[in-house]
Amino acid sequence: MSLSGADIQCVAKLARLRLTEAETTSTLSQLNSILTMIDSMQAVITEGVAPLAHPLELTQVLRIDEVTEENAREAYQMTAPAIKDGLYLVPRVVE
Amino acid sequence: MSSLTKNTLAGLREILTRGDASSVEITQDYLAEISARRDLNTFITVTQDDALVSAKVADQIRAAGQASLTTGLPIAHKDLFCTKGILTSCGSKMLSNFISPYDAEVVSKCKNAGFVMLGKLNMDEFAMGSSNETSYFGPVKNPWSPTHVPGGSSGGSAAAVAARLTPLATATDTGGSIRQPAAFTGTSGLKPTYGRVSRFGMIAFASSLDQGGLIAQTAEDLAIGMQIISGHDNKDSTSALIEVPNYESLLNDSIRGLTIGLPEEFFDSRLDTRMQSQIEEVIRIFTSLGANTVSVSLTHVAEAIPAYYVIAPAEASSNLSRFDGVRFGYRAEKPIDLTDLYECSRGEGFGSEVKRRILIGTYALSEGYFDAYYKKAQQIRRLIKQDFDRAFSLCDLLLSPTTPSTAFALGEKSDDPVAMYLEDIYTIATNLAGLPGGSFQAGLIDGLPAGYQLTGPAFSEAKILNAAHKVQQVTDWHTHYPEEIRNV
Repeated sequence: MSLSGADIQCVAKLARLRLTEAETTSTLSQLNSILTMIDSMQAVITEGVAPLAHPLELTQVLRIDEVTEENAREAYQMTAPAIKDGLYLVPRVVE
Repeated sequence: MSSLTKNTLAGLREILTRGDASSVEITQDYLAEISARRDLNTFITVTQDDALVSAKVADQIRAAGQASLTTGLPIAHKDLFCTKGILTSCGSKMLSNFISPYDAEVVSKCKNAGFVMLGKLNMDEFAMGSSNETSYFGPVKNPWSPTHVPGGSSGGSAAAVAARLTPLATATDTGGSIRQPAAFTGTSGLKPTYGRVSRFGMIAFASSLDQGGLIAQTAEDLAIGMQIISGHDNKDSTSALIEVPNYESLLNDSIRGLTIGLPEEFFDSRLDTRMQSQIEEVIRIFTSLGANTVSVSLTHVAEAIPAYYVIAPAEASSNLSRFDGVRFGYRAEKPIDLTDLYECSRGEGFGSEVKRRILIGTYALSEGYFDAYYKKAQQIRRLIKQDFDRAFSLCDLLLSPTTPSTAFALGEKSDDPVAMYLEDIYTIATNLAGLPGGSFQAGLIDGLPAGYQLTGPAFSEAKILNAAHKVQQVTDWHTHYPEEIRNV
């Protein structure tokens, strides 16, 4: 199936991606050619095949649930664009 | 090129052990070469001062008689591995200001083993690309021909090893990102089994496919490096609790009686005829070493590309949602409100290939399309895994070309994403099945390197390296490097 410019804008909204007008246009034909390629999957008969989510079906290793890390909030917040008193600053969401 | 930087990792280890040169001298030579070859754009960051300090420490450890086998050897990391206190950009504007507060497990292990880090290597943005042209820091050039791509996404890693700017480089492979650039640059690259190497501190692209590995000149050098980076990590619950063999001690095992499977689907009309004759030469060498060949079929391998381009973008769209302009990375200026902050930061911070994949992934996971895309792709993923299981009941390793042809020209495929995606035709199924795969030198075609690929069952890295090493013992393809060719 083929996407329209409005579809792209809708998906971009879901993905929290701002696309310019020009980007939407150039992306449209590329996404449609990718989707055409992807649609070739539909020819494969997969009835009754269990989906494989992960390549190695090993049991995940569990560890004892104890605290091993020290609090490093300051170090982690050094990379934040805007902080104050240990909090991340964002535009006001509650008036 | 100085004589020290021409050495393999194993060669440098001997030089250090014999005391013919110090780690500081080796490091200085590499730093000088890196500086002289800025034109290749292989490094995003050169950690010159830290490297010299680490090399000095390594020399002191050696003087005290406490050196390990790898103390003082140089390495460079793909800029996708977090390095504490050092820019970790992942090739993106989004992280062009990100100084990581911690080290990736692979980086820690290399540090603990005494490796000296020379710097951080260029790559396709968020490892999404097959040509290293999507990097925010500009394309990497192929040392064999500056008008050709080095492959991707680990293009910086491969080109740096090919140009002898580092003897060993870390790299990652989600759909061929170690093997394809290794093939394009005449280097050896190993993508380990999913779970063999910790993903902790690797910036995630597609979590069920991503795997860290290495690029070097030889299988022997890969074995030395694999010994250090492999093994279970408590911080990555998907890393396997399976014993790590001694890779180096298994390199010289006889391969007499080894059965090599040749997948029919990889030797069809898409294959460049000259590439085919290079691969036939590799097969002839394997046969002369006592290996047998058998034809096998990977029936669903053609569907690996569409399945991959649903699964990888779906996982990426989820993983990359963490880049929101709030906690780290790029933040747009003067947002109107919180949603505007998210949308503008992501819209301005991500490049076009990353945006395309986020959009595809978001679409494939959206209501009403999940079964047709994501579930279907996962079903095909199982069929592909079953193909490999069947093949490995008939043979020990699979052999194929790594790529359909040699490196393509810069700009040749950058406007056509589907053509770019088809580049990964021989490598991508391996990731869907989580298997180990290596690419090794197979000579030159018109002055550009060709590579052959060995794929094995899960956790058969030692067998792959053993087989490739035996071939490298009787060929000299791995000893060729670009400058030598240019000087002819």
